[in-house]
Amino acid sequence: MNAGIAQLQMQFRDYTISLYQQGFLDDQFTELKKLQDDGSPDFVAEVLLLFFEDCVKLIGNMARALDKSTGTVDFSQVGASVHQLKGSSSSVGAKRVKGLCVTFKEYCEAQNYEGCVRCLQQVDIEYKTLKTKLQDMFNLEKQIVQAGGVVPQVDID
Amino acid sequence: MSLLHVLGFGVKIGNFFWMLCCWFVSWFVDGGIEDKSSLLAGSVGDPEKTKMTTMKKKNKMWFWNRISSSGLKIPSFSYQFPGSVKFNKTFWRNVVIGWIVFWVLVSIWTLWYFSSHAMEKRKETLASMCDERARMLQDQFNVSMNHIQAMSILISTFHHGKFPSAIDQRTFSEYTDRTSFERPLTSGVAYAVRVLHSEREEFERQQGWTIRRMDSHEQNPAHKDDYDPEALEPSPVQEEYAPVIFAQDTVSHVVSLDMLSGKEDRENVLRARSSGKGVLTAPFPLIKTNRLGVILTFAVYKRDLPSNATPKERIEATNGYLGGVFDIESLVENLLHQLASKQTILVNVYDTTNSSQPISMYGSNVSADGLERVSPLIFGDPFRNHEMRCRFKQKPPWPVLPMMISLGMLVIALLIAHIIHATANRIIKVQEDCDKMELLKKKAEAADVAKSQFLATVSHEIRTPMNGVLGMLHMLMDTELDVTQLDYVRTAQASGKALVSLINEVLDQAKIESGKLELEEVRFDLRGILDDVLSLFSAKSQQKGVELAVYISDRVPEMLIGDPGRFRQILTNLMGNSIKFTEKGHIFVTVNLVEELLESIDGETASSSESTLSGLLVADRQKSWKNFKAFSSSNGHRSFASSPPDINLIVSVEDTGVGIPLEAQSRIFTPFMQVGPSISRTHGGTGIGLSISKCLAGLMKGEIGFSSTPKVGSTFTFTAVFSNGMQPTERKSDPQNNNQPIFSEFRGMKAVVVDHRPARAQVSWYHFQRLGIRVEVVSCVEQALRYMKTGTGTVNMILIEQEIWNREADAFIKKLHKDPLVQSPKLVLLAKSVDSSIDALSTGIDPPIVIVKPLRASMLAATLQRGLGIGNRETPQHKGPPALILRNLLHGRKILIVDDNNVNLRVAAGALKKYGADVVCSESGIKAISLLKPPHEFDACFMDIQMPEMDGFEATRKIRDMEEEMNKKIKNGEALIVENGNKSSWHLPVLAMTADVIQATHEECLKCGMDGYVSKPFEAEQLYREVSRFFNSPSDTES
Repeated sequence: MNAGIAQLQMQFRDYTISLYQQGFLDDQFTELKKLQDDGSPDFVAEVLLLFFEDCVKLIGNMARALDKSTGTVDFSQVGASVHQLKGSSSSVGAKRVKGLCVTFKEYCEAQNYEGCVRCLQQVDIEYKTLKTKLQDMFNLEKQIVQAGGVVPQVDID
Repeated sequence: MSLLHVLGFGVKIGNFFWMLCCWFVSWFVDGGIEDKSSLLAGSVGDPEKTKMTTMKKKNKMWFWNRISSSGLKIPSFSYQFPGSVKFNKTFWRNVVIGWIVFWVLVSIWTLWYFSSHAMEKRKETLASMCDERARMLQDQFNVSMNHIQAMSILISTFHHGKFPSAIDQRTFSEYTDRTSFERPLTSGVAYAVRVLHSEREEFERQQGWTIRRMDSHEQNPAHKDDYDPEALEPSPVQEEYAPVIFAQDTVSHVVSLDMLSGKEDRENVLRARSSGKGVLTAPFPLIKTNRLGVILTFAVYKRDLPSNATPKERIEATNGYLGGVFDIESLVENLLHQLASKQTILVNVYDTTNSSQPISMYGSNVSADGLERVSPLIFGDPFRNHEMRCRFKQKPPWPVLPMMISLGMLVIALLIAHIIHATANRIIKVQEDCDKMELLKKKAEAADVAKSQFLATVSHEIRTPMNGVLGMLHMLMDTELDVTQLDYVRTAQASGKALVSLINEVLDQAKIESGKLELEEVRFDLRGILDDVLSLFSAKSQQKGVELAVYISDRVPEMLIGDPGRFRQILTNLMGNSIKFTEKGHIFVTVNLVEELLESIDGETASSSESTLSGLLVADRQKSWKNFKAFSSSNGHRSFASSPPDINLIVSVEDTGVGIPLEAQSRIFTPFMQVGPSISRTHGGTGIGLSISKCLAGLMKGEIGFSSTPKVGSTFTFTAVFSNGMQPTERKSDPQNNNQPIFSEFRGMKAVVVDHRPARAQVSWYHFQRLGIRVEVVSCVEQALRYMKTGTGTVNMILIEQEIWNREADAFIKKLHKDPLVQSPKLVLLAKSVDSSIDALSTGIDPPIVIVKPLRASMLAATLQRGLGIGNRETPQHKGPPALILRNLLHGRKILIVDDNNVNLRVAAGALKKYGADVVCSESGIKAISLLKPPHEFDACFMDIQMPEMDGFEATRKIRDMEEEMNKKIKNGEALIVENGNKSSWHLPVLAMTADVIQATHEECLKCGMDGYVSKPFEAEQLYREVSRFFNSPSDTES
């Protein structure tokens, strides 16, 4: 039993580190985790939920705004959404999404339609990937907790 | 006389010309400038119209006043001119053309006027000459006529009245010859007697010749030269005859001719006897001479007739006829010869009895100019009319003078036109240039703006990635690295930091250049700032072994009001330079009041090497401010008058570095100028720092100067004006009481400084007395010991310079052993650098406390506290990690977070909650405003800047407005001071949350009333820095 927990913990740690190493997450996520304490046990999950909801909403907005069939492309609206998304992603530490948003924003300012569409697709893929990855991580966490273990603090350095 | 006339006319013209000029100028000044709207709008090409409107507007009086005074106004009008009127090229061309046309007309008129005058003159001359001649001719004719009449009386008396006759042909001819001078115009006289047919025979017999007729030779005028009287036929039978019986010798050939037989003569004779007056024939060729002549005939009567006798009576009473021959041609010639100027004038005499066919009596038909004068000649015969026609022989001369005058006028007018034209052209050109300049200026300004923007943008763009680089490097340094790697990373980070500071400098320079740099006005602690700057350079100075020291005069107030950041910047620049170029010796910063220096300046003697901080020679400090305006007034009476609230600081940074080469000293404050190209390579830097410092000093109403001696060192001095930040009550109290409460534990302590260098001792004294420690300065150890023995009160510390300690430590320790003091004081060593061999010496006594210079209050306090083992009360609180302090600061605070981004909101809220704050969230600025309407219970607000609908700036502005309103109400007593606090005024700390940390954004934040900004996501340290500015720790507020 103990060995199982230890193994789970090991797995969790490795997985988390891999997420950092692959650039999905950054320090801000660590900070976020630090904010979670007994007073707000599901803080990270809540924030992430908000974030992904935001993503869905904003990507939907942008897709609509970039849809040429409805008429002209409203770059300013896209820009606003990207800005929001960038803010959100930097707050949760979604590094890749954030990086994409920066590029996206540049394209948007340059009114590069092709670039925008490409970025939008990438962002869409990226946040979904992140979501599954984090889902996995939370599942692991849950397993550890269920097994009666303590979720280890992962030191990224 | 004509010259006088011309002169008068010239004066007249000149006057007219002047008036015209005046009028033109006045109209120009008036119409061209004051009424420019009408001028430009209505009638650019029609100056006349404008002139009229202008004229109408002003009354006549004004106009004349204007003319008389406009001459004086000309110079001034050129001043009011620029900018007031847009010059129109066509308008001015029209003016010039109009002017020229006008003057051409004027000059033509002048020419005409003069020539007509001359003509008139000529006419008058001609008339007077002609009349004169006519009168003379007439007079002489009359004289002749009178004489002939007198002769007729003579004949009537002596020929007919006497019997036998007293006159015969011989007597007559002799008499007439001798009296011919009496008849200047007659060539001869003859007397014909009236003979009726019945008396013919007897008469012929008596005379001895027959009466002959004269027709034949009248019909034969060709043979005038071979005139033969004998060839004439005897007169045919007539009713009566008038044969000539007496004749003057000149006309003796007419004797015996019947006068009635000649056509002209007969008519003459008949007319003469019926009228009883002298009668003239028409001119006709005379007998024999065949010259043109006129015969005057008088009738001789038998008795005196009454003047009203009828013609019939006269005919009956007729006895004979006396005729005088006038050879007009020769006579007139003679007459004219008597008068001068025959050459200039041409005279013709005509018989105009038949006015349609005048008979020329004298003069050739030479054609001359059209000018002709006709004078009537009255020869006493009413039946015949004569006239004299005179003409000039020469054509009138060219009117040179009028031509010259008009030409001259024209030339002057043309010159003036040229001047006007040139002026107008020049003005237009200048205007065009001005416009061009304006355009260029605008362009340049635009370029400047663009430059600033570019600089700002580029700097920002560079800074953002640089921050990334620096952050990454920072993180990299925390990873496991070997020594070489660590060194590389450190170098990279240092370079990055240098780059960022360089960018900041460039930004500063750009800002100063565009005049956008504004100084803050906040209270600050000058000593604290100097301590900060000192600590900044302490590592470097220790590493180099250069002594770094600060001395601030007592008279400088604790708190000043000004821009600490910029003051610090100047200081950092100067000290940075000093430390860069100083390898040994010292860097000494002194801060004094200007007044203080002025008082002591005269007493100060030239510095010897011993009196400086490190014992090395320094550049003369006084020289560095000798060019300051504040000092430059004459000796003794310096006009440095400072208003009481102003604090005039003078700050010197003295070093013992390489100095500045003489040739480079002049360009030291020029941006981007360095001593030489090699300097930037060996020492780095942009050369912009001093230039910025100079600008900043200028902004602080101060000056900057330096004096430098190569190989000895440099001293930079600057002045700055601040306001006193002390309350008047605070100022009066003992300066030692003003020291920060942290150092209160040292109050009342006593220390002895052992130092033989007064300058250095003074620095030590300054720093220790700041802590509240009373300090006595002695020059050597012996003295110190003596003082301790004799002095009153206990001495807590002996402060010994490392230099002295190294020299005298053994002796000192020995002495101390030999003669132990009652309460052994703590030994404190003042060391230049950490690496010193103190430990080896410290045997037998308590290891001395080592204080590594530069001395600064906080460090001093900490070291002493540690060394003396006192006052640990406050340290933990301040030395704890920021998170802990943050917790203290934020615990229980009610904070509003405004962000449109849910995720951000949640994260920020989480972060603040973690520090124990009571967080309220708001998704929009509008909602935030409604929440923050005073009175409310919030302690702070974190505001996102970029939000839809209402951004952070605007929201803050609105909040500030509301607060102000509330404050006003409180002031007026309208609103009660609310329950939740003893707030007398509302000012909620509002902090911006922003992802980009641009300087411009920061400024924008401050401008709209925000108190600071924190970057997103929150960093504990930054958050602490910002928050601590507003919140005192809870314990503070409670106490």
